[in-house]
Amino acid sequence: MWFDDCSLLTGFNMLWQQLANGIAIGSVYALISLGLTMVYGILRILHVAHAGIYALGAYVGWFSFRLVGDFWVSLLFGMAGAAVAGYLVERFLYSPLLHLPRIAPLIASIGLFIALEEAFRIVAGPHTLTYNARIGLGDLSIGSFKLTETQILILLVTVVILIVLWTFLTRTRIGLAMRACAMDAETTSSFGVNVGRIIAINFILGSAMAGAAGVLIGVYDNQVWPTMGSIPAYKALAIVVLGGLGNIPGTVVASIVVGLSETFFIGVLAIPFPRDAVAFIAMILVLMFRPYGLLGKA
Amino acid sequence: MISGYLITILITIIVYAILAHSLNVITGHAGQISLGHAAFFGIGAYTSALLYTGGGFPFWASVPLAAVVAGVVGAVLGIPCLRVRDDFLAITTMGIGFVVEAVFLYLPFFGGAMGIGGINLPKWFGREMSKPEYFLLILIVFVLLILFDRRLGRSWIGLAWSSIREDEQAAEAMGVDVVRFKVMAFVLGSTIAGLAGGFYAHFLTFIMPQNFGFGQSILILCMVVFGGIGTRWGPILGAVILGILPEISRPIMEYRTFVYGLLLLAMMRFQPGGLLGEESTLPRMLRRIQFRPSENR
Repeated sequence: MWFDDCSLLTGFNMLWQQLANGIAIGSVYALISLGLTMVYGILRILHVAHAGIYALGAYVGWFSFRLVGDFWVSLLFGMAGAAVAGYLVERFLYSPLLHLPRIAPLIASIGLFIALEEAFRIVAGPHTLTYNARIGLGDLSIGSFKLTETQILILLVTVVILIVLWTFLTRTRIGLAMRACAMDAETTSSFGVNVGRIIAINFILGSAMAGAAGVLIGVYDNQVWPTMGSIPAYKALAIVVLGGLGNIPGTVVASIVVGLSETFFIGVLAIPFPRDAVAFIAMILVLMFRPYGLLGKA
Repeated sequence: MISGYLITILITIIVYAILAHSLNVITGHAGQISLGHAAFFGIGAYTSALLYTGGGFPFWASVPLAAVVAGVVGAVLGIPCLRVRDDFLAITTMGIGFVVEAVFLYLPFFGGAMGIGGINLPKWFGREMSKPEYFLLILIVFVLLILFDRRLGRSWIGLAWSSIREDEQAAEAMGVDVVRFKVMAFVLGSTIAGLAGGFYAHFLTFIMPQNFGFGQSILILCMVVFGGIGTRWGPILGAVILGILPEISRPIMEYRTFVYGLLLLAMMRFQPGGLLGEESTLPRMLRRIQFRPSENR
């Protein structure tokens, strides 16, 4: 009978395993990319330094874990640290540059990103730090299919954050104002909304999510290192374009698609190609047929 | 005689100056942000290297062909990219950069991580060119490119580019074929970058994929922006300053990249037009000095 075929069964299991890996990685991509797409939606700038804030969240989380010793507290600290950093970046870097051509904030953002990476290296050292947190969830195994503790953690945190974000955006007055600003900031302002404050809230929320992603990756890979933001810096941009710049549900879908295709093309089919190029190949292919992204509208 | 160290820096700087100039055609003249310019630099370098080592072409044929190939690839890749919304271009060009680097790195045809070696300086009068002579050769090419750029700036192509840069919709309304002129700028910029790549390969004698990665693209863009985007001499000044910077900042090796990041940030914050930009401090001061005698009269 077919299930006697051992290789098929292990193949089937491996498929599930890769599916779990892909969704976990995709969830982290979603947390990083959402902040980026929200910033783009409202300010129309490419916020490269967002990945620096992601790494900052990981460092703050690691440091507070060393101090306190509790993972959940360190997650909160990582998010808070990233949120403060995001607010400061908006207030003191982007806000004075908004009236300039769009290349000025882009270059400033690249400069900040380079400086942040170097600052991590100078302050915390060039070596990787281990983030060996006990979370207290335990692994989950059904038959030979296994979800590791950190994978469960990533899925749990992402789902909670996404639900909170969605509720916030659709059920509160500030969320409504944020969506209105993303459509047309000038008109929204004429209705008496304080656009400056909405932009600040946008940065705080997006950066907190990136900080959470940093802590999660720190625990998932059990390491925090100065250049951990380099690959997310550009991969998140590709994901954001794939989802249709500024489109929140599109970004979540694109993140999962990229996470899955990375694990499947590299892990299952073993194509000898760098996994970090997958996002860009997907992006270029999608742009050829849907120039406004997966869920984007013209 | 000039020392070997100095001539090496001079050649590196002049290659960067050509590169910065080529990106300035795309980003400065036509206003299209490219974050993957090193890819075309790399395509030129690899084409020239492969033609020279594998195809037996002499330097004098392989370098012009490198420019042509980079230009053709620029046209093929540029046409779909330039049709999408302008913010997408920055990211799609970045994607092109990563994919091109990955192709160099993973296809055995391009030598993989080891790159390609055995590329020599050109021969003339039956002997190999010396490094100072090679520098002069590149300098002459560079001056010709600048003269060509001046001529182009005064032509209707230059005017069309300015109109697209200032206001794309208005340009379109005036009957400028926006996509055609954008592609033209992209192809010209890629061609010149390919030429620089050819010169670079024959100077380094071996090339690796890492020479043409994302960091390199950002460095070229920074040169353009630092010196003054859209100005003729700004990108060249940027190439000279950012080319010398690693050499003179050896004492602060540890903090070099950190300072570089802060410098970019401060530059955008306080002199967003670049050193030689229209509204920047330096040109204003120069203008004031120039006009002072006439005021006294």
